[in-house]
Amino acid sequence: MKLPLKWLKDFTDIDASPREYAHALTMSGSKVEGLEVLGSGIDGVVVGKILTVEKHPDADRLQVCQVDVGDGTIQIVTGATNIKVNDLVPVALDGSSLPGGIKIRKGKLRGVESAGMMCSIAELGLTKEDYPNAAEDGIFILEGDPSPGTDIKEYLGMNDTVVEFEITSNRPDCFSIIGLARESAATFGTSFRIPEVTVKELGEPIDGKVSVEIKDPDLCARYAARIVENVKIGPSPRWMQQRLRASGIRPINNIVDITNYVMLEYGQPMHAFDLRDLKGSRIIVRRAENGETMRTLDGQDRKLDESMLVIADAERPVAVAGVMGGENSEITDDTTTILFESANFDGISVRLTAKKLGMRTESSSRFEKGLDPENVINALNRAAQLVEELGAGTVCKGIIDCYPKKYQRRTIPFNPKFINGLLGTDISAEKMLEIFRRLEIEYDEATGTVIPPTFRPDLENEADLAEEVARFYDYNNIKPTLLEGRAATIGGRTRKQKIMDMISQTMLSCGLSETYTYSFTSPKVFDMLNLPADSPLRKAIVISNPLGEDYSIMRTTTIPDMLRVLSTNYNRRVEEARLFEMSYVYIPKSLPLTELPDEKPVLTIGMYGEDVDFYDLSGIIEELMEVLGIREYELEPAKDDPVFHPGRTARLIIKGENVGILGEIHPAVAENFEAAERNYIAFIEVEPLVRNAATERGYKLLPKFPAVTRDIAVLVDEGIPVRNIEKVIIDKGGRIFEEARLFDVYKGRQVPEGKKSVAYSITFRAYDRTLTDEEVSKAMEKITKALSDELGAQLRM
Amino acid sequence: MREQLNNIKLEAEKKLNEAGSLAELESIRLQYLGKKGELTAVLRGMGQLSPEERPRIGQLANEIRSFIEEMLEEKTKALQEKERSMRLEKEAIDVTMPGKRRFLGKKHPLSIVLDEIKEVFIGLGYEIAEGPEVELDYYNFEALNIPAGHPARDTQDTFFINGDILLRSQTSPVQIRVMEKKKPPIKIICPGRVYRSDAVDATHSPIFHQVEGLVVDRGVTMGDLTGTLQLFARRLFGEDTKIRLRPHHFQFTEPSAEVDVSCWTCGGKGCRICKDEGWIEILGAGMVHPNVLKYGGIDPKEYSGFAFGLGVERVAMCKFNIDDMRLLYENDMRFLRQF
Ligand SMILES: [Zn+2]
Repeated sequence: MKLPLKWLKDFTDIDASPREYAHALTMSGSKVEGLEVLGSGIDGVVVGKILTVEKHPDADRLQVCQVDVGDGTIQIVTGATNIKVNDLVPVALDGSSLPGGIKIRKGKLRGVESAGMMCSIAELGLTKEDYPNAAEDGIFILEGDPSPGTDIKEYLGMNDTVVEFEITSNRPDCFSIIGLARESAATFGTSFRIPEVTVKELGEPIDGKVSVEIKDPDLCARYAARIVENVKIGPSPRWMQQRLRASGIRPINNIVDITNYVMLEYGQPMHAFDLRDLKGSRIIVRRAENGETMRTLDGQDRKLDESMLVIADAERPVAVAGVMGGENSEITDDTTTILFESANFDGISVRLTAKKLGMRTESSSRFEKGLDPENVINALNRAAQLVEELGAGTVCKGIIDCYPKKYQRRTIPFNPKFINGLLGTDISAEKMLEIFRRLEIEYDEATGTVIPPTFRPDLENEADLAEEVARFYDYNNIKPTLLEGRAATIGGRTRKQKIMDMISQTMLSCGLSETYTYSFTSPKVFDMLNLPADSPLRKAIVISNPLGEDYSIMRTTTIPDMLRVLSTNYNRRVEEARLFEMSYVYIPKSLPLTELPDEKPVLTIGMYGEDVDFYDLSGIIEELMEVLGIREYELEPAKDDPVFHPGRTARLIIKGENVGILGEIHPAVAENFEAAERNYIAFIEVEPLVRNAATERGYKLLPKFPAVTRDIAVLVDEGIPVRNIEKVIIDKGGRIFEEARLFDVYKGRQVPEGKKSVAYSITFRAYDRTLTDEEVSKAMEKITKALSDELGAQLRM
Repeated sequence: MREQLNNIKLEAEKKLNEAGSLAELESIRLQYLGKKGELTAVLRGMGQLSPEERPRIGQLANEIRSFIEEMLEEKTKALQEKERSMRLEKEAIDVTMPGKRRFLGKKHPLSIVLDEIKEVFIGLGYEIAEGPEVELDYYNFEALNIPAGHPARDTQDTFFINGDILLRSQTSPVQIRVMEKKKPPIKIICPGRVYRSDAVDATHSPIFHQVEGLVVDRGVTMGDLTGTLQLFARRLFGEDTKIRLRPHHFQFTEPSAEVDVSCWTCGGKGCRICKDEGWIEILGAGMVHPNVLKYGGIDPKEYSGFAFGLGVERVAMCKFNIDDMRLLYENDMRFLRQF
């Protein structure tokens, strides 16, 4: 909402600089978004009157003018052709400046002195839209009769500052000059007045000229109308045009300008119909019929439906209620009789209609916040008064006012103790009532209640009253306290949160840096992952109004996002990346969604680089298992996942439960993502880790007796994972087994084709005695035998 | 014989004094004290001496043995020390060569800020609550006093899944979920992802992070809110930080405020970071609206509360001087490693 400060002065006198004013209003709750000093680029431009126009002696295209600029006559050379003697024009004097930082200096044109420049609208930073009568590319010929020497900014109404407010949805009343003036007066403690509105009503009585009927009073609480006859359409006066322009509204003609002016001033949108276009001289406020159409004032054909409220005549819709009028009843240059509409429409209905039709207007953005039905007549009368003042027509006697459901004013108990209790203040009841008085909130001493004005639908309860008190007391005068005297609480993290933090910390310690990626993605990623058509991962939640297809589904896997990050880095020539993310995947229980999905926390690791291989990845997982105290886990070869390399991938199994996958990305998938040749990714579900984590540590006695270590080397089939050998050793090592350490895997010379040699160093120890050779040998025999029986291993000596 | 012994002593002393290496010392030891050594040989000849002479010569021989042994030991020590210092000298390295680093990973700037915020509030006795990102319209809007058709819905361009389910546009729904489960006193913060349909650019992201705070108890005041936020701002931005509350409107708080903190770059004088305002808007806050307490199953006549929310990206960008929000989600290693 733009507020020209000069307009504000019609209602209250505030003696503060624009900056001080903006600060004070912001601190009392009307947030100022910016200050615009009108014509701030223009300096030293005055009204000039052309006294003579002569041909330039040496240039056919130029003319030499003598121009009266108030305190003298100057000579100006111009190339413009649209000027004549007695024209009033803007003159940029020597040393003046124009918007865009242009400086004007006197000089010579083809040998003839020129002491300034006559300006076009573009040179003054104005547009043809604002001044439709101005010449497109000639000099701006001024209308009216300003005296020469007048500052052009004064003539154009630009010696003003416009304050732009952000109006929150709870304050429809502040969407008007009067509403902001009331807030301003309350903020500065100045007096506030609305000049009295009187209408002479010199025309015939309105009775019988038109009928108004509200068919859907649930969407239209009030509809009032006046008729103006003998209308003379023409431009509105300059002062009105200036105020409209400063407020960001284009002047059109006197009648339309009046409706806009009243809307800005009173916050009540209005509309004017050409009465001869209203068939049957009827106004019917009703829901549209499905399939009904209408062309709105902007020339668009609109398809209406029964959710929308329209203003209709006997035959057809003539306006979309509260949004925009119809072309079929538009004011035109030959309009002679008009009907002014001032009505109160349901905010939600207007908002949804405007949204559906894709046309939010000045009118709809006011109605949607819920306007005051008691303001309808004030606005209508103000419009009638302006018609008479401007001589735009004859106002008929009387008003048609359909007001089926009178507005019930609310009462709220006035409870200073509650207000002070909520704010933590000690403000007197008198002081509170003084604030209320300034805001036109009435107080009924008999019942101890306050009655908010009709234009404040936001005031519903005592907390609302507390805010009114607080914002004029100044929030920053409330003494800061810290819940003193309240029961202490013990803060902290839950077990799950702690374990998730431990996981992150472990990843950081393992050299992985943390990433954040979007949780929605493109459905194309499933094909890029080469997933089969029936993959459950494809069952993703679809966003109905996404930013685009690339952001249209909630991810069911984070692997594509990690691959993208790796690919981004790779394509930017980053040699190596080691990354992780703690995030969520969104798994629907059914599709379409009928209940909230599972949001599963997942750990994603991604790496590439010359020194990175599978064992870096599995090493990190092993480290993590150690930190979390998870012992019963296995890495099982996974050959069948289309995303991963069939020979370099493992599933992480904890107590028989599949909790994730880690490995090298399949080259075909890596290619789809334009990633490095080899990328290592782990995707691990976090909840099983939380469930299985044993973070409580107990101390185990340090060994007192020596260990015995024996080495063993066996030949086994190449395809047997070493983990299988290890399992046999652990299983058969008995109670004295302590540890088995793999120290060599060898293929090649002296090892038959298809075999590999695997060597372990096995440690035995008893906690209560020194082991004998025999005991250890017996255990070793058992191990060797089992290796041979179960895995066909041959002992190598 | 006595003379012979004294000669041995003199000779050994001389040799020991001249010895320059541990090996020489060893050969001296063997020469005199070894099984075939000179002193040993003398002692072997003691049988020929008279019984009166024997103890005296014996004593002398032992004295000389001790003398040589002591001197040997002394000399060995000295030589060892010398050799060690020579070795140390040779072992000198260039200590300015790069160390063998195990590169640690770096926390994401958003996590750094989130963790700092969590620490402050855990210290103040808050728990960390969580709630779903795919959320019911009821929790995201209705129970927060934003009924269907309310214009406040338009200010948060929301992603919908269907009529009832959406991507939460704020962390505030967690307020209701917590109140439904827990009775006062409630003191929680809820960090999390939120979604709004803003196109991606330098200052907008359709996904960002908020931290929500909620306190409900008997007699909670707006003074408690300002005190808490002041303390928080000082912990997060430095002890000299001031806060400023401006009245604002949120549907789920009343009174409501926008909260500015004094610019930590210029200290309030005005600079590029704060756009010459001296203040940076960082929080939304207010006293929990009575309707919201009711939706949470809490009697507003008995209890009151305050709530606040802040954008983590905004804080991170200000704190680390990051001028483009996209950097936070691009995850370029060269960016991530700077934190
Ligand atoms: Zn600053």
